[in-house]
Amino acid sequence: MTDVTAQDVTALARRFIEAIPHSRALGMHLESLGAGRVVMTMPYDLRFVGDPATGVLHGGAVSALMDTASGAAVMCHPAAPASTATLDLRIDYFRAATPGQTITARAECYHVTRSVAFVRVTATDEDESRPVAAATGAFTLDRPKGAK
Amino acid sequence: MTRAKPEPVQVVKQRRDAALRALLSGVPYIQYLGIQFDRRGDELTAILPFDEKLIGNPALPALHGGVTAAFLEVAAIIELSWSILWEEMEAGKIDPAAIAGMPLRLPKTIDFTVDYLRTGLPRDAYARARVNRSGRRYASVHVEAWQDNRARLFAQGTGHFLMPPAPGEPAE
Repeated sequence: MTDVTAQDVTALARRFIEAIPHSRALGMHLESLGAGRVVMTMPYDLRFVGDPATGVLHGGAVSALMDTASGAAVMCHPAAPASTATLDLRIDYFRAATPGQTITARAECYHVTRSVAFVRVTATDEDESRPVAAATGAFTLDRPKGAK
Repeated sequence: MTRAKPEPVQVVKQRRDAALRALLSGVPYIQYLGIQFDRRGDELTAILPFDEKLIGNPALPALHGGVTAAFLEVAAIIELSWSILWEEMEAGKIDPAAIAGMPLRLPKTIDFTVDYLRTGLPRDAYARARVNRSGRRYASVHVEAWQDNRARLFAQGTGHFLMPPAPGEPAE
């Protein structure tokens, strides 16, 4: 569809992301979004701790943030998908996130085919020089009706 | 030679259930997602009761992919921790009564891969994990999740884990 502008795609993607109940429940915040790139944050929360002895966040909460940011990166890609779903996600954990710090996920949808989108994403805490985790994923890409 | 009389079944069950409770109640994120575990002997089934806050796509509606990933990872870590705990408990190496007061020794995830096979429907989900290899330092765990039909998986995953130090051994 050629009549969808970049702003339309961004606005639609933003509305899509902000309506996700689980993302809201985890306190995720969309910092920036556009042209297949997304930055999302998730503040530290005691309810999402995985190891009570250290107060370190559970890997699953970090995964949820990276999955959401990745899906958002697909939604705001210039291909303007009608919807998307995760096909697979491989997450590598590098270190424990520092307790008390906000997690930031940066996702990039770096390649799309007719029906698949490929995404990479990294998660950092406040020390951005040492990532906490990274993931790569493949997502389904539903083209809007009438698109090639 | 006299064989020791088997312990009464309630005593055994109480000890094992208390050990499992100690393992689960310590992890806030497991409580937050509402994940429960059903135990039959040493076999565990993870249960994720449906809740509105687990929705990822309100239009379908469908479970959030991150919830599915977290559920599989929790099921894998708990299965691995439980298998370590079970062995130590049954061999009499640790006192089950003291488990609740001990700091949890949880494996650390190195990597985790999730395969999304079907849309997660807005209803309860179940998962069972299998420890395929458990060495002194590393472990590999596979996990399968389903909803209505055991044979129709909606997701599966494989993870590699760094094992916790044995009791008395210093952390690396």
